[in-house]
Amino acid sequence: MVLTVLQRLGRSVLVVLLVALGSVLLLSLAPGSAASVILGENATPEMIDELNKELGLDRPIWSQYLHWLADAVTGDFGTSPITHQPVTDAIIERLPVTIELAVLALAFSLFVAVILAIISASLAGTWVDRAITGLSSVFLSVPAFVAGPVLVYYGAVQLGWFPVTGWNRISEGLGPNLQSAILPVLAISLTEIASFHRLLRTDLVATLREDFVGAARAKGMGRGYVMLRHALRPSSFSLITLVGINLGRLIGGTVIVEALFTLPGLGQLVVSSINSRDVITVQGVVVFVAIVYVVVNMLVDLSYGWLDPRTRKVARA
Amino acid sequence: MSADLSKPAAAGGGAAVAEKQAVTTAAGGEVTSAEPRVPTVRKQRSVLVYFAYTWLVLIIVLAAIASLLPLAKYSIPVDAPRIGPFGGDFDTVLGTDNQGRSILSRIVFGARVSLLVGAVASLAGALVGTALGMIAGYFLGRIDALIRLLTDALLAFPPLLLLLALSSILTPSVKTLIIGLALLVVPTFTRLARANTISWSSRDFIMAARNMGARRRRILLREILPNLLPGLGAYLPIVMAAMIVAEGSLSFLGMGIPPPTPSWGGMIADGKDAVADHPHMVMVPAVFIFLTVFALNQAGDHLRHRFDRTLHD
Repeated sequence: MVLTVLQRLGRSVLVVLLVALGSVLLLSLAPGSAASVILGENATPEMIDELNKELGLDRPIWSQYLHWLADAVTGDFGTSPITHQPVTDAIIERLPVTIELAVLALAFSLFVAVILAIISASLAGTWVDRAITGLSSVFLSVPAFVAGPVLVYYGAVQLGWFPVTGWNRISEGLGPNLQSAILPVLAISLTEIASFHRLLRTDLVATLREDFVGAARAKGMGRGYVMLRHALRPSSFSLITLVGINLGRLIGGTVIVEALFTLPGLGQLVVSSINSRDVITVQGVVVFVAIVYVVVNMLVDLSYGWLDPRTRKVARA
Repeated sequence: MSADLSKPAAAGGGAAVAEKQAVTTAAGGEVTSAEPRVPTVRKQRSVLVYFAYTWLVLIIVLAAIASLLPLAKYSIPVDAPRIGPFGGDFDTVLGTDNQGRSILSRIVFGARVSLLVGAVASLAGALVGTALGMIAGYFLGRIDALIRLLTDALLAFPPLLLLLALSSILTPSVKTLIIGLALLVVPTFTRLARANTISWSSRDFIMAARNMGARRRRILLREILPNLLPGLGAYLPIVMAAMIVAEGSLSFLGMGIPPPTPSWGGMIADGKDAVADHPHMVMVPAVFIFLTVFALNQAGDHLRHRFDRTLHD
């Protein structure tokens, strides 16, 4: 078990190192140099040289990479040449909004998807199952940037229940905070609900055919009890992996809704940094998110053994 | 979208999980009923599949012959701005946008851009990914470890953020967009091709070919590749749906197709601020994106059921 954990850890470290290398190489992809991108068309060659020197971009790639790593280990992702704010500070400032959006969206879509999957798996093949599965195919084809404006129209303009844009911080009260979060969360949840439902329904249907479910039913246990206590847990393992994987799309979704609803999160930071050609901030945020994504997926992989005793034995053998 | 690229392959999750993922999502469309009531459900499916192919043919033909159709120029105003749809005139049948340009024309020319970018990026990414996956799966060992590490690193970036990072450095154009999107497709196909290559390599006919003195190149290209094509090809519609969504997301954020070339995502972005009074500017492109992505997903599910070996084994 210890060996598996160490192996997994080592692999993740390698991936993170590569991710960092990719992000350093990214700057060198810039036509001309990163400094000329930042300064725009009116920059003189002297200004570009100076900024390149300031950002350390005049050094060879491997030296840039080592310096970048050394700084990043101490939590320093560089300083924005535009706003002169350390990128780490900017990230910390924006992080709570994005985390709230992602956690709410994940919790909401899991909640809905589990209920829908239980219903459609216990009624597999009936019109109810077909209706739910059909609905989930529809949800699957509604990306956040389509769902967002449509939800704004119906939820905010027509019904007037939710604000069109803007964000109320939790410090302004939980009610207003949630009110401003509901539409954005809904917009990114639709595709997640659909993909979670699809997977869990299939796994549940397969589990319900297993002998131990038949045995439990034969002992006289109720359908609901067997479903919740016997079938749900062994069916939910691949769902957990999917949660980790879908996190990538979820983060993409938060970028979209943050831009659409003008929420002060990481996504908006990236978009506004791109518009002001602040390449350093973009680089910092992207690497930060990628690292978080790698770590979460590693934890998900490791949690497998903890959740499912059967894999634990295999890992030891 | 079961289409999302990051999905069939975890950022570091095992390949086995990725395969299971592919199997289970596809099987979601399958009818797994306790009672044998399959026939009715099958009929239901085929209606959707029929619709999906019809829509795809329609939209592809429209996009292909767009310049032959009697459409207004997509960059020139034809009438007053923000006219609602269904108002008699052919050019304004879907309404006009902020600048009074014909939404019908912009939808059709937008379809051309979306489909072209989606198709070229998917094919290019599939080509590179399959090649890498076959090399990894056939030779295994060190080269396999290296290729897997590279795909893991590529998958570590959330797709949209990777695209945004690229567009912050390179000026957005159709070319850079296709390169960025293709980059997202590569890891998916590397994983699929690798897993399939490993399973085909252990077959007897490969051993026979090897014993008869066939070179590696011949085995890879003439023996293994033909067997991979149907299974991998079946994933193309779903990947293409994901690409169209990704392109739309980027254009929505204003970092995709540069104006005045129309793109569906950009059209939604143009209309979103006026959604309260002129919802058609958002709804029309939204419906087109939805139908196209839906049709591609349905077609993909259908093809995977027919051609993906892992779903049947």
